[in-house]
Amino acid sequence: MAAVSAITPSSAIPSRHRVAARRRIGQSVVVGLLLLATALAVALLVTILGYVVVRGLPAIDLAFFTERPRPFGEPGGGIGPALLGTALLAAVSGAIAIPIGMSAAIFVVEYRSGRFAAPVRFAAELIAGLPSIVIGVFVWALLVRGLVGHYAAIAGAVALAVIMVPIVARTVEEVLRLVPNSLREAALALGAPRWKVIMSIVLPTARAGILTAAILALARSAGETAPLLLTALGNDFFSTDLFRPIAALPLQIYRYAVSPYDDWHTKAWGASLVLVVVIGVVGLLLRVVARQRVR
Amino acid sequence: MLVPLTLVAITVLILIDSWPALTTFGLTYFTTTEWDPVKLVFGAAAYVYGTLVTTIVAVVLATPIAVGAAIYLTEFAPRAIRAPVAFTIELLAYIPSIVYGLWAIFVMVPVMRSAVEPALQATLGQLPVIGKLFSGTPIGLDLLSGGVVLAIMILPILMAVSREVLLAVPPTQREAMIGLGATRWEAVSRAVLPYARPGIIGGAVLGVARAFGETMAVTMVVGNSSRDISGSLFVPGYTMASAIANQFVEADSELYFSAIVEIALVLLLVGIIVNAAARVLIRRSISDRPAGAVV
Repeated sequence: MAAVSAITPSSAIPSRHRVAARRRIGQSVVVGLLLLATALAVALLVTILGYVVVRGLPAIDLAFFTERPRPFGEPGGGIGPALLGTALLAAVSGAIAIPIGMSAAIFVVEYRSGRFAAPVRFAAELIAGLPSIVIGVFVWALLVRGLVGHYAAIAGAVALAVIMVPIVARTVEEVLRLVPNSLREAALALGAPRWKVIMSIVLPTARAGILTAAILALARSAGETAPLLLTALGNDFFSTDLFRPIAALPLQIYRYAVSPYDDWHTKAWGASLVLVVVIGVVGLLLRVVARQRVR
Repeated sequence: MLVPLTLVAITVLILIDSWPALTTFGLTYFTTTEWDPVKLVFGAAAYVYGTLVTTIVAVVLATPIAVGAAIYLTEFAPRAIRAPVAFTIELLAYIPSIVYGLWAIFVMVPVMRSAVEPALQATLGQLPVIGKLFSGTPIGLDLLSGGVVLAIMILPILMAVSREVLLAVPPTQREAMIGLGATRWEAVSRAVLPYARPGIIGGAVLGVARAFGETMAVTMVVGNSSRDISGSLFVPGYTMASAIANQFVEADSELYFSAIVEIALVLLLVGIIVNAAARVLIRRSISDRPAGAVV
């Protein structure tokens, strides 16, 4: 630690100049290294996205979006069922997770003095931190082997919902905390019961933020693969039946990627491009909604 | 109340399913590496080892880059670029695991095989003790590649947490030090970083939590071969999560299945412990986080 001695005052004036110069150079070197780390992180993002775009674009045409995957050797084939499946899984998992996540958040914020607020919050955080494959194993045991009896879209949707609930709960919680207490107090003073205050004052005020939370959770779950491997399984055909295996974009990418065929690898890149663009568009939407909230 | 119940249900179901393996193998499950579905002998030490090694590699590689970038973006970068660049790096968190896996197989692994690993072998591989880490044939699909992918994947969360912790350091810490004649870097290294240390360590722990349960990307590059523990990074390995993903569907006997679920049980318990620890550390550094943060 040369810099330590630089701090201690030195009595000789000439050497003080030298020390100052050394400290300045030391700072420049450190800042250079820090800049390098930052540049490396940004470069990684640019490289990965660049590869997805460059390798993915050749796969993209209209048929790629509408056709179902073909056996190897047949020309064409696309990700139609996977797109349909991902949309369906998002809709069903959202319908399950958003109300539950919101209730948990309302419970924690509006009834915070209650005995159960702290455990709900803590459990949500712990679930959020669990590896998604563990959630896959859980939903497999609960639904695929238990209630449903075989691989099914509904199991995939429940697995995604378990992943989404803590995200929704935590984000909505932050938003609800931003609602000024004076609004609640004003409504309570007018004699409104607690539930009415929540329904007609707190939630409408936080609407944009709640929407943000829902979109964020959907964007997160759209790319999940591991839990779907154990629940939704994948499907080469168009299906909207919740009680049969269903295709999903990440599963389709996996299938194409681990195959030995170059043509399928291109399709994997193409499907990745679609997935990244979907998540990117959703993310942009998120920024727009979030900005409106600030205004 | 559904949220804590879910956590309890996850734990109970996974515990029930892993019970046969727990009672049959006891502690030898963690101390032996023989994993033989034919003889029905299961020891997961090689999987635990693979998870530990890839996670350590990931944290060792990612921490300096992430913390360096966070320091640069809070203390030294021109004000106008701070938030945009940080946001750009955080975008890495939104790339789905499966896309990382695709990129890693087709772009990163060939580079590791032909350039990085031979170079490491020629330089660090010649050193007496740590040289053993780099022994063997560079094949690209190995523990090192698994660790490198993980490093890229935990980079954004590490950076985001470090940045928030650094932003939460009171400006008076810096001002006092600079007022005493210190350079910016001296102020950062001696007044800001010590203050932020618990939070940064918390971020690293959160990175560990992400890394050890990550499934798809690692499964695609780690080699998936449960060889014995050799001490080299250049051998194909298996992580706990990739073992579940690869073998779950093919488990054909109750004990085999139970042994796989016991891996999920370990991931579950470690996940709960590590996440709880990380939150405590981070909360000590920042009292409240903004909505929609990566954490």
